[in-house]
Amino acid sequence: MKIDSRFQTRPNTTICLTIDGEPVMAKSGDTVAAALLAHSGNASRLTGKGSPRTAFCMMGVCFDCLVEVDGHPNVQGCMTQVRERMAIRKPKGFRTLSGDTEDA
Amino acid sequence: MPDVDIIIIGAGPAGMAAAATAANEGAKVLLLDEQPQAGGQIYRNVENNVGNSVDANAVDYLGKDYTAGNSLVQALEHSNITVKFGATVWRLDEGPRVVWSQNGISQVSLAKHVLLATGAQERPVPFPGWTLPGVMSAGASQILMKTSSLLPRDAVLAGSGPLLYLIAAQMIKAGAPPKALVETQTLKMLLGASRYFPRALLAAPTLFKGLSLLGKIKAAGVKRYTSASSFRAIAEDDGSITFSFDSKGRRNSLSTPLLLTHQGVVPSTHMSRASGISHEWNELQGAFQPITNEWGQTELQGFHVAGDGAGIGGAETAKAAGRLAAFDILYQLSHLSQNSRDQKSKIDRKAFNRALSIRPLLDALYAPLPEFLSPPDETIVCRCEEVTAAEVRQSLNLGAHGPRQVKTDIRAGMGPCQGRMCDLTVRGILVASGAKPSPARARSPIKPIKLGELANLKIPEDSL
Ligand SMILES: Cc1cc2nc3c(=O)[nH]c(=O)nc-3n(C[C@H](O)[C@H](O)[C@H](O)COP(=O)(O)OP(=O)(O)OC[C@H]3O[C@@H](n4cnc5c(N)ncnc54)[C@H](O)[C@@H]3O)c2cc1C
Ligand code: FES
Repeated sequence: MKIDSRFQTRPNTTICLTIDGEPVMAKSGDTVAAALLAHSGNASRLTGKGSPRTAFCMMGVCFDCLVEVDGHPNVQGCMTQVRERMAIRKPKGFRTLSGDTEDA
Repeated sequence: MPDVDIIIIGAGPAGMAAAATAANEGAKVLLLDEQPQAGGQIYRNVENNVGNSVDANAVDYLGKDYTAGNSLVQALEHSNITVKFGATVWRLDEGPRVVWSQNGISQVSLAKHVLLATGAQERPVPFPGWTLPGVMSAGASQILMKTSSLLPRDAVLAGSGPLLYLIAAQMIKAGAPPKALVETQTLKMLLGASRYFPRALLAAPTLFKGLSLLGKIKAAGVKRYTSASSFRAIAEDDGSITFSFDSKGRRNSLSTPLLLTHQGVVPSTHMSRASGISHEWNELQGAFQPITNEWGQTELQGFHVAGDGAGIGGAETAKAAGRLAAFDILYQLSHLSQNSRDQKSKIDRKAFNRALSIRPLLDALYAPLPEFLSPPDETIVCRCEEVTAAEVRQSLNLGAHGPRQVKTDIRAGMGPCQGRMCDLTVRGILVASGAKPSPARARSPIKPIKLGELANLKIPEDSL
């Protein structure tokens, strides 16, 4: 099931990136976490126990925004700016450790 | 050889004001911030928003107090100031030595003196359901407004504190009014806070601004619930959140795509704790803060702390504190005599005291509810490791009596956030069971760093 974004639709989205392979438009200056939230209200990751999460603090504190960016796992989405053609993937159920371990 | 005279960590109001003050007196400054622009929390992205003609209304709804910050950002254009953005400091050592990471590469910088101006974070608001998609902190939604022009749809704002009202007013002005404002403060808290009122009058303009915010929220007809407690959020099949709470003896239930909670802000102390600076518990603010003197000097030679990271005072206090710290550092580095330090800092000392005078009133009036300090059993306390309040209590019953034992026992605080989201709750549960815990330990690296990056770190020889 796909849940619409919990935020209003924005004009002036000019950056094209992909989320799990699907082309998505974002705004220049967006963080990865903002682009994900603007796109959908769904979870952007599942925890080790399989619970859905989305970005929570947007300022680098909570680490609930961890996603895969251009093949790099455990990237803090709220601290990373979007780029043209960036490939974002939502981690599913993998245990995300402190950033120095690869996903299983 | 030090690279610069002063390294300032954090380009919020405190760090920016300190940088300009030090640079104007001839000191060489390196200013590091992990965000892509200067501004800190209050003035986040202000330069882009002021100069932006595409989304020109952002400056309109964020307000004059926000755009005023642009002058601090412009003052960083100074030949004595080097600014690095996207630069995350992850370790401090005596020397002083600052280890920071930018674009996946770590480096060490040396200075004669370091000023920590890393600000505050929102106090975690744990309750059953706070980890669900659709529940965020109110400050997070404000960040989305400031940096992405992303406005909430029919959000419910819940909690307390001056920032909650400011965000409500900004949302109203932006054409995205909250569908309800659920406030936790009670009449008892109001009465308890009233003794701080006379002192708060010294900051009368701030007081009036607060009242005018309330006026705007009332005028917009936002539904308000007061004395709210027993928060609970459930996810419905369509993804919406059903938020239920008690208010004035009745259980209420609201459906919303986005529940935004807030219970004030607390100093970010991971860096100061990991550096070995001693901390004390501030009872009125319900948070740990580094111990400093009136200039922000810590017990650690060469380290000052200024702004909300030294204790919550807000942006005006932070600016003044940044300048006071800069003057004292300039004195310690022999750029200023003691007498000229004292003369030059007079205005800022006054501004600091005036701005701080409203704080006790705000702290008492908007104190966090006990249920967020020691939440019900089924609440997830540690979001990273998914540890519940029941598990923390069980660990206590089985003999753990400090945050460190709870940590090793059930992994609360062992995830990537390193306890930033659960330290205060673990402490709250310990206190509720009669313990008097010391601050949790923080360790470097205070932000996760890839192993490869650590291996490539070059340490200047004369700093060893
Ligand atoms: C989410 C949020 C929103 C807020 N919004 C408002 C508002 O709209 N109005 C208001 O009056 N007050 C607001 N506040 C309160 C705010 O704390 C103060 O107003 C003010 O910003 C404090 O100034 P400061 O300079 O002490 O710290 P901050 O403004 O917080 O600046 C600290 C800076 O340090 C940087 N930093 C932190 N850690 C590191 C590190 N390890 N390495 C490198 N850089 C680092 C941060 O990126 C940040 O830019 C907000 C607070 C929060 C948490
Ligand atoms: S959303 Fe909290 S760290 Fe990114």
